[in-house]
Amino acid sequence: MIDVLYFAWVRERIGLPRERIETGAATVAELVEELRAREERYQAAFADLSALRVALDQELSSFDAPLAGVREVAFFPPMTGG
Amino acid sequence: MRIAVQSEPFDLGAEVSSFSAAVPGAGAVVSFTGLVRDEGGALSGMEIEHYPGMTEKAIRGIAEEAVRRWSLVDALVIHRHGRLAPGEAIMMVATASPHRVDAFAAAEYLMDYLKSRAPFWKKELGAGGEAWVAAKDADEDALKRW
Repeated sequence: MIDVLYFAWVRERIGLPRERIETGAATVAELVEELRAREERYQAAFADLSALRVALDQELSSFDAPLAGVREVAFFPPMTGG
Repeated sequence: MRIAVQSEPFDLGAEVSSFSAAVPGAGAVVSFTGLVRDEGGALSGMEIEHYPGMTEKAIRGIAEEAVRRWSLVDALVIHRHGRLAPGEAIMMVATASPHRVDAFAAAEYLMDYLKSRAPFWKKELGAGGEAWVAAKDADEDALKRW
Protein backbone atom coordinates (compact mmCIF):
# COMPACT_ATOMS: atom_id res chain seq x y z
CA MET A 1 0.00 0.00 0.00
CA ILE A 2 1.17 3.47 -0.86
CA ASP A 3 -0.16 6.90 0.16
CA VAL A 4 -0.79 9.14 -2.83
CA LEU A 5 -1.23 12.86 -2.19
CA TYR A 6 -2.50 15.56 -4.55
CA PHE A 7 -2.06 19.31 -4.22
CA ALA A 8 -3.42 22.49 -5.82
CA TRP A 9 -5.21 21.96 -9.17
CA VAL A 10 -4.21 18.29 -9.24
CA ARG A 11 -6.19 17.84 -6.00
CA GLU A 12 -9.11 19.81 -7.45
CA ARG A 13 -9.23 17.81 -10.69
CA ILE A 14 -9.08 14.45 -8.94
CA GLY A 15 -11.44 15.61 -6.20
CA LEU A 16 -9.53 14.36 -3.17
CA PRO A 17 -6.40 15.33 -1.24
CA ARG A 18 -5.04 11.81 -0.64
CA GLU A 19 -5.78 8.13 -1.00
CA ARG A 20 -4.22 4.76 -0.25
CA ILE A 21 -3.50 2.69 -3.29
CA GLU A 22 -2.61 -0.95 -3.78
CA THR A 23 -0.25 -0.93 -6.73
CA GLY A 24 2.24 -3.14 -8.50
CA ALA A 25 3.80 -0.19 -10.31
CA ALA A 26 7.60 -0.31 -10.38
CA THR A 27 8.07 3.37 -11.22
CA VAL A 28 6.23 6.67 -10.83
CA ALA A 29 5.43 6.61 -14.57
CA GLU A 30 3.78 3.18 -14.19
CA LEU A 31 1.74 4.44 -11.25
CA VAL A 32 0.60 7.39 -13.38
CA GLU A 33 -0.49 4.97 -16.13
CA GLU A 34 -2.52 2.96 -13.59
CA LEU A 35 -4.18 6.12 -12.30
CA ARG A 36 -4.92 7.44 -15.81
CA ALA A 37 -6.65 4.17 -16.67
CA ARG A 38 -9.00 4.52 -13.70
CA GLU A 39 -11.31 7.41 -14.53
CA GLU A 40 -11.70 10.56 -16.58
CA ARG A 41 -10.76 12.84 -13.65
CA TYR A 42 -7.36 11.13 -13.32
CA GLN A 43 -6.90 11.39 -17.07
CA ALA A 44 -7.58 15.12 -16.79
CA ALA A 45 -5.15 15.59 -13.90
CA PHE A 46 -2.33 13.61 -15.54
CA ALA A 47 -2.89 14.78 -19.12
CA ASP A 48 0.40 16.70 -19.33
CA LEU A 49 3.24 15.39 -17.19
CA SER A 50 5.45 18.34 -18.08
CA ALA A 51 3.02 20.46 -16.01
CA LEU A 52 3.47 18.20 -12.98
CA ARG A 53 6.08 17.54 -10.34
CA VAL A 54 6.40 14.49 -8.11
CA ALA A 55 7.82 13.99 -4.62
CA LEU A 56 8.70 10.59 -3.13
CA ASP A 57 8.64 10.46 0.67
CA GLN A 58 8.65 14.28 0.66
CA GLU A 59 11.72 14.69 -1.58
CA LEU A 60 11.41 16.04 -5.13
CA SER A 61 11.92 13.22 -7.61
CA SER A 62 11.21 12.30 -11.22
CA PHE A 63 8.68 10.22 -13.16
CA ASP A 64 11.22 7.52 -14.02
CA ALA A 65 12.15 6.98 -10.36
CA PRO A 66 11.51 3.51 -8.84
CA LEU A 67 8.78 3.11 -6.23
CA ALA A 68 10.41 0.28 -4.27
CA GLY A 69 10.33 1.13 -0.55
CA VAL A 70 8.44 4.39 -1.10
CA ARG A 71 5.58 5.06 1.33
CA GLU A 72 4.29 8.43 0.11
CA VAL A 73 3.98 9.80 -3.42
CA ALA A 74 2.80 13.37 -4.02
CA PHE A 75 1.75 14.93 -7.32
CA PHE A 76 1.49 18.69 -7.75
CA PRO A 77 2.05 21.57 -10.18
CA PRO A 78 5.31 23.56 -10.15
CA MET A 79 5.61 25.31 -6.81
CA THR A 80 4.80 28.99 -6.33
CA GLY A 81 6.18 29.93 -2.93
CA GLY A 82 7.84 33.12 -1.75
CA MET B 1 18.12 28.81 12.38
CA ARG B 2 14.36 29.18 12.77
CA ILE B 3 11.93 27.93 10.14
CA ALA B 4 8.24 28.70 10.74
CA VAL B 5 5.34 27.61 8.54
CA GLN B 6 2.17 29.08 9.95
CA SER B 7 -1.27 30.46 9.12
CA GLU B 8 -1.05 33.27 11.71
CA PRO B 9 0.30 36.72 10.81
CA PHE B 10 3.77 37.63 12.08
CA ASP B 11 5.11 40.89 13.48
CA LEU B 12 7.81 41.91 11.01
CA GLY B 13 9.42 44.49 13.30
CA ALA B 14 9.48 42.18 16.30
CA GLU B 15 10.89 39.31 14.25
CA VAL B 16 13.72 41.41 12.79
CA SER B 17 14.48 42.92 16.22
CA SER B 18 14.71 39.61 18.04
CA PHE B 19 16.66 38.04 15.16
CA SER B 20 19.16 40.94 15.16
CA ALA B 21 19.55 40.74 18.94
CA ALA B 22 20.87 37.17 18.84
CA VAL B 23 23.50 37.09 16.11
CA PRO B 24 26.91 37.33 17.81
CA GLY B 25 29.68 38.36 15.42
CA ALA B 26 27.29 39.69 12.79
CA GLY B 27 27.79 43.11 11.25
CA ALA B 28 24.88 42.96 8.81
CA VAL B 29 21.28 41.82 8.87
CA VAL B 30 19.22 41.73 5.67
CA SER B 31 15.51 41.06 5.66
CA PHE B 32 13.01 40.60 2.85
CA THR B 33 9.23 40.54 3.13
CA GLY B 34 6.76 39.36 0.51
CA LEU B 35 3.29 40.96 0.46
CA VAL B 36 0.01 40.01 -1.20
CA ARG B 37 -0.49 42.36 -4.18
CA ASP B 38 -3.91 43.82 -4.88
CA GLU B 39 -3.24 44.08 -8.65
CA GLY B 40 -4.96 47.45 -8.85
CA GLY B 41 -7.93 46.29 -6.81
CA ALA B 42 -8.58 43.20 -8.96
CA LEU B 43 -7.63 40.79 -6.18
CA SER B 44 -9.58 40.25 -2.99
CA GLY B 45 -6.99 37.93 -1.55
CA MET B 46 -4.88 34.87 -1.87
CA GLU B 47 -5.16 31.28 -0.69
CA ILE B 48 -1.86 29.49 -0.08
CA GLU B 49 -1.77 25.71 0.06
CA HIS B 50 1.28 23.74 1.22
CA TYR B 51 2.49 20.21 1.84
CA PRO B 52 2.78 19.81 5.62
CA GLY B 53 5.93 17.90 6.50
CA MET B 54 7.68 18.39 3.19
CA THR B 55 7.41 22.19 3.43
CA GLU B 56 9.44 22.43 6.62
CA LYS B 57 12.03 19.91 5.38
CA ALA B 58 12.43 21.65 2.01
CA ILE B 59 12.88 25.08 3.60
CA ARG B 60 15.38 23.74 6.13
CA GLY B 61 17.37 22.12 3.30
CA ILE B 62 17.44 25.40 1.37
CA ALA B 63 18.50 27.37 4.46
CA GLU B 64 21.21 24.84 5.33
CA GLU B 65 22.61 25.14 1.81
CA ALA B 66 22.69 28.94 2.22
CA VAL B 67 24.67 28.54 5.44
CA ARG B 68 27.15 26.27 3.62
CA ARG B 69 27.63 28.72 0.75
CA TRP B 70 27.93 31.98 2.64
CA SER B 71 29.37 33.16 5.88
CA LEU B 72 26.11 33.33 7.82
CA VAL B 73 25.70 33.69 11.55
CA ASP B 74 22.01 32.80 11.36
CA ALA B 75 18.98 32.71 9.06
CA LEU B 76 15.25 32.99 9.63
CA VAL B 77 12.38 31.97 7.33
CA ILE B 78 8.69 32.51 8.10
CA HIS B 79 6.12 31.50 5.46
CA ARG B 80 2.36 31.65 5.89
CA HIS B 81 -0.37 29.51 4.41
CA GLY B 82 -4.16 29.78 4.29
CA ARG B 83 -6.19 32.81 3.27
CA LEU B 84 -4.49 36.22 3.13
CA ALA B 85 -5.82 39.68 2.26
CA PRO B 86 -4.08 42.17 -0.07
CA GLY B 87 -1.28 43.98 1.74
CA GLU B 88 -0.72 41.18 4.23
CA ALA B 89 2.77 39.76 4.61
CA ILE B 90 3.06 36.29 3.08
CA MET B 91 6.57 35.51 4.17
CA MET B 92 9.91 36.88 5.30
CA VAL B 93 13.53 35.87 5.33
CA ALA B 94 16.32 37.37 7.40
CA THR B 95 20.03 36.65 7.17
CA ALA B 96 22.89 37.76 9.39
CA SER B 97 26.56 37.75 8.43
CA PRO B 98 29.81 39.48 9.40
CA HIS B 99 29.58 41.63 6.22
CA ARG B 100 26.64 42.74 4.10
CA VAL B 101 27.61 41.06 0.81
CA ASP B 102 26.97 37.59 2.21
CA ALA B 103 23.74 38.61 3.94
CA PHE B 104 22.30 40.11 0.72
CA ALA B 105 23.37 37.19 -1.48
CA ALA B 106 22.07 34.57 0.93
CA ALA B 107 18.71 36.37 1.26
CA GLU B 108 18.34 36.42 -2.54
CA TYR B 109 19.30 32.77 -2.75
CA LEU B 110 16.70 31.88 -0.10
CA MET B 111 14.02 33.83 -2.00
CA ASP B 112 14.86 32.26 -5.36
CA TYR B 113 14.71 28.74 -3.94
CA LEU B 114 11.63 29.30 -1.78
CA LYS B 115 9.77 30.41 -4.90
CA SER B 116 10.41 27.24 -6.91
CA ARG B 117 11.50 24.53 -4.46
CA ALA B 118 9.34 24.93 -1.37
CA PRO B 119 5.96 23.17 -1.79
CA PHE B 120 3.57 26.12 -1.69
CA TRP B 121 0.87 26.85 -4.24
CA LYS B 122 -0.82 30.23 -4.52
CA LYS B 123 -4.36 30.77 -5.68
CA GLU B 124 -5.51 34.30 -6.49
CA LEU B 125 -9.02 35.23 -5.42
CA GLY B 126 -10.81 38.05 -7.20
CA ALA B 127 -14.10 39.36 -8.47
CA GLY B 128 -13.62 37.38 -11.68
CA GLY B 129 -13.21 34.11 -9.78
CA GLU B 130 -10.16 32.25 -8.61
CA ALA B 131 -7.06 31.05 -10.39
CA TRP B 132 -3.94 29.11 -9.46
CA VAL B 133 -0.82 31.18 -9.97
CA ALA B 134 1.33 29.58 -12.68
CA ALA B 135 5.04 29.16 -12.05
CA LYS B 136 7.09 31.47 -14.26
CA ASP B 137 9.99 30.28 -16.42
CA ALA B 138 11.90 33.28 -15.08
CA ASP B 139 11.62 31.87 -11.56
CA GLU B 140 13.11 28.56 -12.68
CA ASP B 141 15.82 30.39 -14.66
CA ALA B 142 16.67 32.42 -11.55
CA LEU B 143 18.03 29.25 -9.92
CA LYS B 144 20.68 28.87 -12.61
CA ARG B 145 22.65 31.87 -11.40
CA TRP B 146 23.46 30.03 -8.18
